[in-house]
Amino acid sequence: MIGLENVSYGYGGSELLSDVSLHLGPGSFHFLTGPSGSGKTTFLKLCYAELIATAGVVRLFDRDAGTMSRDDIARVRRRVGMVHQDCQFLDHLSLRDNIALPLQVAGRDITQEAQNLDDLIAWVGLTGRSKALPAELSGGERQRAALARAVIMAPDVILADEPTGNIDWEMSLRLLRLLTELNKTGKTILIATHDLNLIRTAKNEVPVRVLRIRNRRLQLAGTEL
Amino acid sequence: MRAAIETALTTLFVPGQNDRVVPPATFTAHLTAFTSVVMAFLSVFALSLSLATGRLAHRWSQELAQTSTIRISAPSDQIELQIQAVEYVLSTTPGVRSAHVLTEQEQRQLLEPWFGSDLPLDGLPFPRLVEVVEERRGIDADGLRQRLAAEAPGAILDDHTRWRRPLVQAADRVRGLGIVSLLLIVAATAAMITLAAQAALAANSRVIGVLRLIGAQDTYIARAFVRRLTLRTLAGATVGTAGGMAAVALLPEMDAAGSFLTGLGFQGWHWAWPLLVPPVAALTAFVATRSAALRMLKGY
Repeated sequence: MIGLENVSYGYGGSELLSDVSLHLGPGSFHFLTGPSGSGKTTFLKLCYAELIATAGVVRLFDRDAGTMSRDDIARVRRRVGMVHQDCQFLDHLSLRDNIALPLQVAGRDITQEAQNLDDLIAWVGLTGRSKALPAELSGGERQRAALARAVIMAPDVILADEPTGNIDWEMSLRLLRLLTELNKTGKTILIATHDLNLIRTAKNEVPVRVLRIRNRRLQLAGTEL
Repeated sequence: MRAAIETALTTLFVPGQNDRVVPPATFTAHLTAFTSVVMAFLSVFALSLSLATGRLAHRWSQELAQTSTIRISAPSDQIELQIQAVEYVLSTTPGVRSAHVLTEQEQRQLLEPWFGSDLPLDGLPFPRLVEVVEERRGIDADGLRQRLAAEAPGAILDDHTRWRRPLVQAADRVRGLGIVSLLLIVAATAAMITLAAQAALAANSRVIGVLRLIGAQDTYIARAFVRRLTLRTLAGATVGTAGGMAAVALLPEMDAAGSFLTGLGFQGWHWAWPLLVPPVAALTAFVATRSAALRMLKGY
């Protein structure tokens, strides 16, 4: 699905990631850890072609991201659900409209997807908050809405960048439960986080691989996790 | 070509789901509408000026081009002979529809505005005038001059070229100025709308970033901005055109003397010309916004 082969990424003369290789297979669940500024977000951005590798090859669904057109990249992003730490909502649209946005962008008729949309909003526990604007939502509600938006297109892969960074532990567990449910349906999950408790909890529910970025390189984390 | 036109029409007139992804009216959007109103208003005036000078140039060139005057200066004992010679020459000249020798009374009336009715003209050696009306194809002025020189040495042909040419040139230049003004207005409108589009895109960079992240293609994002700015321009230009037409309609009617300043309004079917201003403004906005949007989106 997503593969990185000897990928390096540098910016402004300094290298942020060096000779990184990884294959995200179908149904896998990966955590990516590392201290702040270690390159976790850069790694995720490479995985959905927001950044293009300066060396090596990033394969998105068997296509080299470095040679894809802008339209092709847009189409590939519809197959990758992304959850950002700051959620990235459009402030003037309601929660429901924000969640439906990927459908609109893909040219799907929202009225025909109404039931799926309502079911999804109910799944993330936000029924009754549909008309709220993003500014009116709590941190946990925003993260769950971001997850709903990430999965509305039934993507093959879900990437999450510090999804629990701004929410309390109880809400983090709730979000994790949603992600593990998705993984059990065959979705590939990659979560960048520095929350080790979250990783330990996840390990009790689904088989996960934990990766760590250290000194610009990617390595398998030890058993201490 | 047909597909491109269909795409453009669909973009403009079929409300899409992408309409709402751009936040409601911003300052730049209001600025675009105001600019369109002003530019359309000015366009109507430039058009009015251009058409009026066009009419004037046409009238001057047509009216004066169809007539000539022959002036006969000769001693009093030879004047009648020379008049007869001129009449004979004219009767055998191709392109002459009619020739009329002005009577002394008619010549006196011509001079009255300058010298008054009581000036004693009888003793003065005034030349006799022959008014020649030409057929549509005109006359060979040089050939006629040569024949007159041979048959009536005192006759001088004036085909009004000396008077007509600078007037027609002046009118043509004013008309050209009007057309240049129109082109400049269209160019300025395009430039302003391009700037407005760039400002709108820059102000909504976060929206664009989010849309790109969830898989929006450039054409989808551009369409949202293009539709909004184009329709706003169309609305503004319609208001400006209506205002301009109303203002032109209030100008004084052309008087009998055909004074230039009282003939600036539209006449007859020329009133249809300003109706082109809104669609041209909208087309300009469409092209300017779309190219600006697609250019800027490459940076995201």
